Amino acid sequence: MEEAMIEKIKSTFSTAIKNISDPHELITLEVDSNKIIEILQFLKQDPEMGFNYLTDICGIHYPENKGSELGVIYHLHNLVKNIRIRLKTFISSDQPHISTATKVYPGANWMERETYDFYGIIFDGHPDLRRILNVDDMVAFPLRKEFPLEDPNRKDKKDEFFGR
Amino acid sequence: MAHIQLKDELEKETITLNLGPTHPATHGVFQNVLEIDGERIVSGVSTIGYIHRAFEKIAEHRPFYQITPLTDRLNYCSSPINNFGWHMTVEKLLKVQTPKRVDYLRVIIMELARISDHLICNGILGVDTGAFTGFLWLMEEREHIYEIYEEVCGARLTTNFGRVGGFERDFNEIAFAKIKKFIKEFPPVLKEFEKLFNRNRIFIDRCVGVGAMSAEKALEYSWSGPILRSAGVDYDVRAMNPYSSYEDFDFEVPVGTNGDVYDRFMVRNEEMWQSLRLIEQAMDKIAKEPKGVFHADVPEFYLPPKEEVYHHMEALIYHFKIVMGEIPNPATEVYHSVEGGNGELGFYLVTDGGRSPYRLHFRRPSFINYQVFAEMSKGALLSDAIINMSSLNIIAGELDA
Repeated sequence: MEEAMIEKIKSTFSTAIKNISDPHELITLEVDSNKIIEILQFLKQDPEMGFNYLTDICGIHYPENKGSELGVIYHLHNLVKNIRIRLKTFISSDQPHISTATKVYPGANWMERETYDFYGIIFDGHPDLRRILNVDDMVAFPLRKEFPLEDPNRKDKKDEFFGR
Repeated sequence: MAHIQLKDELEKETITLNLGPTHPATHGVFQNVLEIDGERIVSGVSTIGYIHRAFEKIAEHRPFYQITPLTDRLNYCSSPINNFGWHMTVEKLLKVQTPKRVDYLRVIIMELARISDHLICNGILGVDTGAFTGFLWLMEEREHIYEIYEEVCGARLTTNFGRVGGFERDFNEIAFAKIKKFIKEFPPVLKEFEKLFNRNRIFIDRCVGVGAMSAEKALEYSWSGPILRSAGVDYDVRAMNPYSSYEDFDFEVPVGTNGDVYDRFMVRNEEMWQSLRLIEQAMDKIAKEPKGVFHADVPEFYLPPKEEVYHHMEALIYHFKIVMGEIPNPATEVYHSVEGGNGELGFYLVTDGGRSPYRLHFRRPSFINYQVFAEMSKGALLSDAIINMSSLNIIAGELDA
């Protein structure tokens, strides 16, 4: 990724960019959740950025990070220059609200529905925020860490039996 | 004056049609609730998730090597691509460098998988437009591909191919002979298939202009794979971000112009020819590589041979550690994508240093490609919507994960 691009993002959204790293050569910006749509818009429309392709949106849950338990992760791709970028933003699980990216990238529609389905993150302004893969009357958000994979009453798979 | 008072619901002029969840025309378990006016679709709602198996949740509780069988069941028409895509993600995480011969062997299997995936899609498109012969012609060839899989890994459909770091065993002479036989015998069949369809009047009338998509809209909706290329965007992960030494190969990325069903069909056919070229090149390259290399030299991640486990302490320790998932993992995150049968198949892996992923997300092309289908079908004929769905090549396993 070109240094000039990072510099321009930094200077445009000085306070909204909380952290910049590049694990495995993929530039990762941690950004303020209130500014996410502005940043996405800028990354898509600014001629020097040109991230015209939304690769993916997914959620993540860190129950220990009080106040910013839930994360939304965006992968964008500049197909002309072949540069990828990852945006991460964190919100509290008490107020799991974030603006929808569907107005910037229409393809975000189902990706956000999936994220809502699994993490309960509410994308404000989404045209059709319903569950997508799980049944409609489900009450839990199954990919949150507190949701057990198997019956918690089972005894045969307890960690203590495996020295963990 | 009307003598009979009609009830409100009787006054509805459209018919609600439940297409699915199990319907022969969907080729998979998903539902579309359509409002149709005669044969024309007024509106539709796609419902998916009928075979959701919570792979992402299960993956959070499994060591890396036990996630390979989960990836089989994404796009089960080309499961080796999913397997290798996952292995390459882990290799990227662990910074494992695979030998060239392993890369080329993987290319052979991945391209065979791509051919088998496209064979099904194009064959079925023929069936949906009323031509059964082509499909039967091609199924025989798919059988030959499956026999090659069987020779190398023992499985046919859900292959669970290879290991992190390479393959579980070397390809034997029979496998190479079968690949050579396939390279020789497949082109005439594909040529004949093309002869049956490409200029077939009925087929062209059914396909041209159906489900047309502009390049701009395809990109906005994050399409990828053959259907994006048929709209004229030459985005192919193999060419853009080469993995598994694709940069050593000479191949073309075919593109269409208007993204309709006919263009998609032609793009897939051409991709099969390109896959054949890739397999031929890979065979030549393998002949020049040292024989017998089928995995990277990484004892901490790659299982030792069983005889050594019984006789050498070191091998026993590694064996135990790998099976128990006690391999040293860095706490980081990695995104790796491969060109699957339907488009960019991505793996976003977040680790916290534990034995299993902290989070694993699959970027599944079928899921993302399919979301615009209901909108595309508005105003279309029911029969057109069905061939449109057929050539989107939605695989239910990949759709629902």
